[in-house]
Amino acid sequence: MKFAVIVFPGSNCDHDAYHAAKHVLGQDAEFIWHKETSVKGADVVILPGGFSYGDYLRTGAIAQFSPVMTAVKAFAAGGGPLLGICNGFQVLCESRLLPGALLRNRDLKFHCAHVHLRVEQTDTPFTMRAFRGQVLSVPIAHGEGNYFADAQTLAELEASRRIVFRYCDESGQVTDAANPNGSLSNIAGICNDTRNVVGLMPHPERACESSLGSTDGLVLFDSVVASLAADGALTA
Amino acid sequence: MRARVFVTLKPSVFDPQGRTIAESLHSMGYGKVADVRQGKYFELELQTESADKARALAAEVADKVLANPVIESYRIELE
Repeated sequence: MKFAVIVFPGSNCDHDAYHAAKHVLGQDAEFIWHKETSVKGADVVILPGGFSYGDYLRTGAIAQFSPVMTAVKAFAAGGGPLLGICNGFQVLCESRLLPGALLRNRDLKFHCAHVHLRVEQTDTPFTMRAFRGQVLSVPIAHGEGNYFADAQTLAELEASRRIVFRYCDESGQVTDAANPNGSLSNIAGICNDTRNVVGLMPHPERACESSLGSTDGLVLFDSVVASLAADGALTA
Repeated sequence: MRARVFVTLKPSVFDPQGRTIAESLHSMGYGKVADVRQGKYFELELQTESADKARALAAEVADKVLANPVIESYRIELE
């Protein structure tokens, strides 16, 4: 199946995502430049990490207006699996494909480290091969990963089980010490109401090979391949 | 016409940059600066026929691009 990796000016984790899809998973992968107006029949679309438009104005703020985003939104509206990683998550929030916003890390520092994530929901295309409570070791590299949403939105996310990943310690406990950036409720990743669009700040595409320190990110890629092979039948 | 757009974080949003500036000021002896919040300022040169049209255009640009309504609010001054 075909993975499309969208490339905005300033995206710099596009090659990591392409590498994971093509060379680690052995799937078809293609780069799609932000000026294209179609996702070219892709089965999975990834908005990669980086500094699109130099983070000018706000992170992801200008990328939301790139021509390709019309096609990306249509892909998402049609139920296609869409994954936003780091800057990609920021673009999804600015585009209103996901609720909330990513603010500056609360300690104002850029954090580049392996963190632990707890999988909270397994009925998304990107987590169906995981189990609830599974702890993943995945790297983060961001200065603006502090997830914020107003109280009503947070309550809706909790009630509709749309918080997909939370920062935790290595034993799976969700604690403030395990929260690298101040995200409300230790939110590391969420999904939309139809559960096909997932955004997360950590980089699973850089946790697919043991030489990089963790292969825990593979489960997101294995899951989406399995979800498409099974004709979209998801199990919780 | 020129529009000045002031974009600020909503009060419910924690502003670590503002907090850091305030703490720096306190350590410099400016105890009377109780709090600081940091925002953004934009100047728009508008080619519209009237002040009403200028204000409406500035608001549209602010709503769509300059401010993120999830976390920011704005006000406009015209000259």
